[in-house]
Amino acid sequence: MTTRLFGEPVQRREDARLVTGGGRYLDDLGAGALAAAFVRSPHAHARILDIDVSAALDVEGLVAIYTWEDLPGALAEPLPLLIPHPALTHGRTAYPLAKEIVRHVGEPVVMVVAPDRYLAEDACALIRVDYEILKPVVGIEEAAGGAHLVHEDVPGNVGAHLVQEVPGHGGVPAREAVDAAPHRLEFRLDIERSACTPLEGKGVYARWDADDGSLRIYSSTQTSTSVRMAIAAKLGLPLPKVEVVAPDVGGGFGVKIVHPWPEEILVPWAARLLNREVKWTEDRREHFVSSSHERGQVQRVRAGFDDDGRVLGLEVEILHDHGAYTPYGIIVPIITSTQLLGPYKVGAYRVEFSSLYTNTVQVTPYRGAGRPQGVFCMERTMDKIAAYLGKDRTEVRAANFIQPGEFPYDQGLMFQDGRPLIYDSGDYPEALRMLKELIGWDSFAEDKARAAAEGRRIGIGVGCYVEGTGVGPYEGGHVQITSDGRVHVSTGLTSQGQGHETVFAQIAATELGVPIEKVSVVTGDTRRFGYAVGTFASRAAVMSGNAIALACRKVREKALRIAAEALEADPRDLEITDGTVHVAGVPSASIPLATVAVLSNPLRYAFDEEARRATQFAGAGSDDRPPVAEGEEPGLEGRDYYSPVRSTFAAGMHAAIVETDPDTAEIRILRYAVVHDCGKLINPMIVEGQIHGGVAQGVGGALYEKMAYDEHGQLLNASFMDFLMPYATEVPHIETAHLETPSPLNPLGIKGAGEAGVIPVSAVIASAVEDAEGIAIDRMPISPSDLHHLRLER
Amino acid sequence: MKPPPFDYHGPVTLGEALDVLAEAGPDGKVLAGGQSLIPLLNMRLAAPAHIVDVNRVPGLDGIEAGQDGVRVGALARHAAVERSPEAAALPLLRQALRLVAHPVIRNRGTVVGSLVHADPSAEMPAVLALLGGSVRLAARGGEREVAAADFFTGPMESALRPGELAVSAFFPALPGRSGTAFHEVSRRHGDYAVAGVAAAVTLDEDLRVTAARVACVSVGPVPVVVDVTTACGPRPAGSAGWEAAAAAVRDRIEPEGDIHATADYRRHLTGVLAVRALRDAAAAAHGEEA
Repeated sequence: MTTRLFGEPVQRREDARLVTGGGRYLDDLGAGALAAAFVRSPHAHARILDIDVSAALDVEGLVAIYTWEDLPGALAEPLPLLIPHPALTHGRTAYPLAKEIVRHVGEPVVMVVAPDRYLAEDACALIRVDYEILKPVVGIEEAAGGAHLVHEDVPGNVGAHLVQEVPGHGGVPAREAVDAAPHRLEFRLDIERSACTPLEGKGVYARWDADDGSLRIYSSTQTSTSVRMAIAAKLGLPLPKVEVVAPDVGGGFGVKIVHPWPEEILVPWAARLLNREVKWTEDRREHFVSSSHERGQVQRVRAGFDDDGRVLGLEVEILHDHGAYTPYGIIVPIITSTQLLGPYKVGAYRVEFSSLYTNTVQVTPYRGAGRPQGVFCMERTMDKIAAYLGKDRTEVRAANFIQPGEFPYDQGLMFQDGRPLIYDSGDYPEALRMLKELIGWDSFAEDKARAAAEGRRIGIGVGCYVEGTGVGPYEGGHVQITSDGRVHVSTGLTSQGQGHETVFAQIAATELGVPIEKVSVVTGDTRRFGYAVGTFASRAAVMSGNAIALACRKVREKALRIAAEALEADPRDLEITDGTVHVAGVPSASIPLATVAVLSNPLRYAFDEEARRATQFAGAGSDDRPPVAEGEEPGLEGRDYYSPVRSTFAAGMHAAIVETDPDTAEIRILRYAVVHDCGKLINPMIVEGQIHGGVAQGVGGALYEKMAYDEHGQLLNASFMDFLMPYATEVPHIETAHLETPSPLNPLGIKGAGEAGVIPVSAVIASAVEDAEGIAIDRMPISPSDLHHLRLER
Repeated sequence: MKPPPFDYHGPVTLGEALDVLAEAGPDGKVLAGGQSLIPLLNMRLAAPAHIVDVNRVPGLDGIEAGQDGVRVGALARHAAVERSPEAAALPLLRQALRLVAHPVIRNRGTVVGSLVHADPSAEMPAVLALLGGSVRLAARGGEREVAAADFFTGPMESALRPGELAVSAFFPALPGRSGTAFHEVSRRHGDYAVAGVAAAVTLDEDLRVTAARVACVSVGPVPVVVDVTTACGPRPAGSAGWEAAAAAVRDRIEPEGDIHATADYRRHLTGVLAVRALRDAAAAAHGEEA
């Protein structure tokens, strides 16, 4: 079989296990562990007056009840503010268990440990917490008004305020550029809240080994290495005595990159304190009210443009709803502010955001991470300019594109990694050409007229985006070939179903010239690889993929060196095919990698036939040199890291055709087309799967999902019955075409693909509904009820 | 999301089940398909002290068709009724059941359970109300048959008393030259309807509308039945006053707004669906004649 696997649509190697029930998710572990459950605040804003646990003490087998007052040392401090930023002048994080004040419904107040979850919840139901209810702040407008405060010491509820400005030619500020432009538009856009809602919620399972003084934690996380450091720090344990493993994880989409969650440190703490195994598995209701949400923004836009639709000046003011706390800093509004520009050159740009506290669940990145809002803003702007000028919407976009010869292109802003926003490569005109062909853009007017003659309303929409992917600081890879010829690959970042076991094996098999069946991949296990950042920002393939490739190259070089000696050949004449090193053109002069692995590790003791060849009397080595040469290490293994100077920028363009029912106002997506450019493809099938999943979540954001808070800060739809995640029946068939513009920044030429699908969907659907209805769509999601009322207001 | 403690009872005869229910009184709750009760328990929104699982009681899963209608037993699953040749005598049953949630829920959930749950957004209560059917309630000491009009008393409230078990429901047949249809709009496939209308239309020998009724879901505390005969007929189905009927329906319903739809949209939508359902029902009645 061939070993050239990079770029091939290799079947996902993890699926047989995952789809036949062989996955081991957090709740599949620790069957005998004690169960933790939490009493959570029923109020959005309240002062805790008294906690009475006496009634719960009678619950059969009750093990422990903890409140904030029980927490020792660093545990009693607020949770870490993970990503500080100078503009985040009033960053605030929660305590693991509420201290005095609760700031959103769902905030944990009391922790209960019992023999099982049933009993733990029985105890929770019997614990009485007296609250003095405080005025909640709900919604962006109320937060901005500042009449009531979420945090007493945060005036105006403003956690952060940041302005970035890129002046136009001759240093003209954006405001002047807008004012001086031949045409101007001003409008407001609203984007609702949504959330990651992975099918598996969070979960933590901790085992304390009292004799060894060590702690092993399993967590459904997107970053096991960083959870490990957080736990060691919070519990005061030496780092080598803490192991964190991410088992199979049933989706993350961003929410599980936040850490440590209260439960992630409380469960290990209790396990150690009680010297018992303890587990907590988040349930769906908890997930809705105590994890994270995203999206939620109001944008005010001023755009100035010329007769061709070229944007000469753009001013955007964003009010960002950050919920009650800011553990993940201001990454989301920073990404909105910077990625808003998409594939376009804007004459002068000014963006200002205020990040506002509200008495709702905290806001942290959800797949797309602020980009859907930014793209909604820019693409609505493009459509409005086209409508104003009476031009084709794609023409206006094309007039603003960065051209292929203009890369690297510096947008003049600072990106989410603190580095300049410089696009590395892309071909936007070609992507648009491909998209128009795929969807049949130029013939749509005839389709629309034909439908209208039948009394049907159809519309077409388009949306473009650029996504900074593969942010640093680094990832690493370790590759070991053992004497049985097997290749063991490990990397520190985690997997949530993306297909890492497949794509990383494709990379290793290609680099080393071994059959993929010989390659196994481990991710997210600090016992195997201790240094990592995590899986987010469409970075796993770029970061760990390149690190693994570099580690493989080290191993390959060493293998060739050892094989050259054994074959008495020049290493430069050697090739590796199907796991065997041979002299190019002389297949008989060969040595299996398994044997090379044996020879790489001089032995005193033999325990099988292969090992005998490396023992001291087998005559493998030379008598006048040390068995392990200076500068060498025993074993056929290598470790390397990839740390990019900055992000690599993927891009995509989507188009949709929708039909709206003239009577019921129902909205149906008839066709959905995607042109996608993530540089060199490792596995086109997996990229398409990522796009499909992303578009599905985007359809949710465009047509269904919102977090319906009432004025008291109660989340009215904290279940999958009322929070409308689209089913397969609501997701259209997705037509995909790939464009490959390699990244010059990394050895493999790849860019990230994980978040791509979700990013422009709201913009695309708004564009299409607007085209079908002739009504401006400035607010997402849009329901049939919303569309009905927009029709009445027309 | 784990249920509070309860005592589980698994009676194997109807008499035993009624005894247990009589003793449990208001603290007892019947478990049949469990598609509503189990989530309510898990969310601790219901905390009955006794769960009486009737799944082992023989003879409750019947589906019987006669000249006068179809009787459905307490353990007949939605899916069984949907596929049953007996129930095919009443096409409205199948028209409605196709709209009930998703196949996996229909495989487990029961028609009678849905009636007793009395959710005003559910399809089967509307069908029973439209057809003027009834529910048979058994208790230790006797049975009673309660007409649909008396059975649904409010949102999630029925005439079922503590100690009673709904053993069957009866869906009466329609007269000759009748047709039915069920139209609804839900946010996602299989969700509870934002609005929905079941319609029954009967034609005379000259194919004029002589009777037309609709039952509307999600627009009142119970299924709202509106007789629109006067608005529609007596005119040939092709020129019947469907729009006038829709106006009459819009006047009668009392929709409320929620996070999925405003009251105004529901009112508008119910009218649209009433026209569609009445037209289709008339066409079906015509087809039956042909």
